[in-house]
Amino acid sequence: MNTIPMSYYLVLSAVMFTLGAIGVIIRRNPLVMFMSLELMFNAANLTFVAFSNAFGNANGQIFVFFVMVVAAAEVAVGLALIVAIFRTRHSIDIDLMNTLKN
Amino acid sequence: MPVITLQLVIFITVAALAIASALGMLFSRNTVYSALLLVFNFTTVAFLYFMMGAPFIGLAQITVYAGAIMVLFLFVIMLLGTGQIARIEQLSVQSVTAVLLGLVIITEAVVVFLLRNPTSLVVTSGGDVVSVNEIGSLLYSQYLLPFEITSFILLVAVVGAIILTKQEKPTGNAGKGEGKK
Repeated sequence: MNTIPMSYYLVLSAVMFTLGAIGVIIRRNPLVMFMSLELMFNAANLTFVAFSNAFGNANGQIFVFFVMVVAAAEVAVGLALIVAIFRTRHSIDIDLMNTLKN
Repeated sequence: MPVITLQLVIFITVAALAIASALGMLFSRNTVYSALLLVFNFTTVAFLYFMMGAPFIGLAQITVYAGAIMVLFLFVIMLLGTGQIARIEQLSVQSVTAVLLGLVIITEAVVVFLLRNPTSLVVTSGGDVVSVNEIGSLLYSQYLLPFEITSFILLVAVVGAIILTKQEKPTGNAGKGEGKK
């Protein structure tokens, strides 16, 4: 029997997603916040592939492909924004990005 | 409880490595270490994809995530020179609340998925459940339009990144905001 219960994959995915969400909240460095976002994408992808395997359906893997494309585009634009902000403010501390406040 | 098989032992080892590297990424003081630990995490997840018989997604994970995206991260970390965080990030009320609520969610997931209501679905490891051929033919028939749109998204991302990071050259005595040549 080379099968693993689906629940184990779901728990692993939930733990990874929660760690990513905690990272977005507690870290003040936008680069690490972006990495935590990637961790959350990854957790969702893991669930997609696990269900694709359990149902023998290829659609889940195709969705993972699209998620990867969007994540790549998001990282490119997000890192460009961070570089642009660093050029004008000389700091990337997320607490200092409050120009739009009030 | 399922019997302890070799597959189960491998899965639990890899899952523990993935969670440990994610934790290390979260609490590392050095951004470069965070990035490298995240590469390790992506590799362990790719290993799980291979175990689930999804070689296309596993290879895409390694090349796109662990390769391209993390190299982009490392480039920006080196470019900004923020390897060490100068300011000590102090533990605020917000952080403590976040960690506590996260622990609550994790406990809830374990209780709901494992103890209270385990699903009867199983993930088969080894062997091709979904072949690469099947993914390819679906991608070029049923999902042709979204597939074409991804190329447009990537084009927009490339152009957007270039425009956002473009240095504005000082145009001399005529003041700022002069039109480009």
